[in-house]
Amino acid sequence: MEEYRQEEIASALIRLIRKKREALGRPVRLMEVCGTHTMTVYRYGLKPLLEEAGVDLLAGPGCPVCITPDDYHEIIIDLLTRRPKTIVATFGDMTRVPTAKGSLQTAVPAPSSRLKIIYSPAEALELAQENPDCEVIFFGAGFETTIPSIAFTVKEARARGLKNFSLLAACWLIPPPLKAILESGEVAIDGFLYPGHVSTIIGSQPYRFIAEEFKIPGAITGFEPNDILLGINSVLDQMLAARPEVAIEYRRVVSPRGNPKALALMAEVFEVKDAFWRGLGLIPQSGLGLKKEYHEFDTLKRFSLDLSPSEKSFNPGCRCGQVLRGLLRPPECPLYGRLCRPESPYGPCMVSYEGACLIHFKYGQRWS
Amino acid sequence: MCLGIPAKIVAIEDGNLGKADYLGTRVKVNLSLLDEVKVGDWVIIHAGFAISRLDEAEAQETLSLLREIAAASKDESSS
Repeated sequence: MEEYRQEEIASALIRLIRKKREALGRPVRLMEVCGTHTMTVYRYGLKPLLEEAGVDLLAGPGCPVCITPDDYHEIIIDLLTRRPKTIVATFGDMTRVPTAKGSLQTAVPAPSSRLKIIYSPAEALELAQENPDCEVIFFGAGFETTIPSIAFTVKEARARGLKNFSLLAACWLIPPPLKAILESGEVAIDGFLYPGHVSTIIGSQPYRFIAEEFKIPGAITGFEPNDILLGINSVLDQMLAARPEVAIEYRRVVSPRGNPKALALMAEVFEVKDAFWRGLGLIPQSGLGLKKEYHEFDTLKRFSLDLSPSEKSFNPGCRCGQVLRGLLRPPECPLYGRLCRPESPYGPCMVSYEGACLIHFKYGQRWS
Repeated sequence: MCLGIPAKIVAIEDGNLGKADYLGTRVKVNLSLLDEVKVGDWVIIHAGFAISRLDEAEAQETLSLLREIAAASKDESSS
């Protein structure tokens, strides 16, 4: 399997990409939607090699930590700091996002309350079972890759009859923001590298409108360096043939129809709603909320809280929104590397391991 | 957060739980999102859940494609 990372093969693919790009006769700009792709592109040094071949890669909105509005964090920080006997369970990156109320990490919990970092949503269930005298609030953030496991957790909470478990859902769908980016016309994109693991769940059909309505090519792409290059190669082929489609270049893991069992579970527990994204604003049908049958597990309903995010609530001067829309490269932000650094991030793109700014800071210094 | 790791199922326990081998480490894995997972299957694990199977035939096909591209490139530069 080492071929997926072999340098000799990578060089051959880059030569092929250069040749096809030259045949097109103009520079090409692609968006890699997923932050885990951005990571591969930087970590394996593909970025400068591709730039030299005339292919510019732009990081997209595929980082759930980055796009979750501050309002979600502020609500959960309030619960942790004001409500005794409360356990907030969430993924590690979520705890470091700075807001006007600090971050979950800097928040001082109320008496007998605490923050618990978890790796799997299922751990939140165990926490609720082991601590029957506490309220366990799972702050669950993610895209389609993670949402089925969050749905499983809520369904299981009901099956086990848990009375002290609830979910603050920060669950987002990937195709709608791509449509929003294209409709805004702010940035010219020749093609997309679609996220490989989101696609294991949703398959290829949900991206079809991009090829059909917007005539923009794309490829569902894996996460090894040579997977990325195969994805780019496929998009260039589609451009040369003027035949945009949704190619699958990660066939060992992704099938066209996705994972029907996971999709059914998502649809059983959640319903689609309009949602507010950092940087992208309100996007129709882009988020998920718990269905009526599961309202007893909805943190907002349980504690009668209101969540209505808007642009106003973000840290003043933070430009993460522009980074997420592909309008600003990390070093172009006046705060990057100065006020906003990995050890003291000002915006979420410098917090998350999938954030464009943190990735650029870690790997991009060598050549920029 | 969409990181997924390829791992091989080495044990299936009660209900939908199992153990997988990832680079020599045994990790707990929830199998509820897939049908009929067997010992020996390769899966992608994300946040403790197996979200997809790894298809060996497709993996081999991509590997042959990669080798072909490398070979073709070599021929071209030596000719």
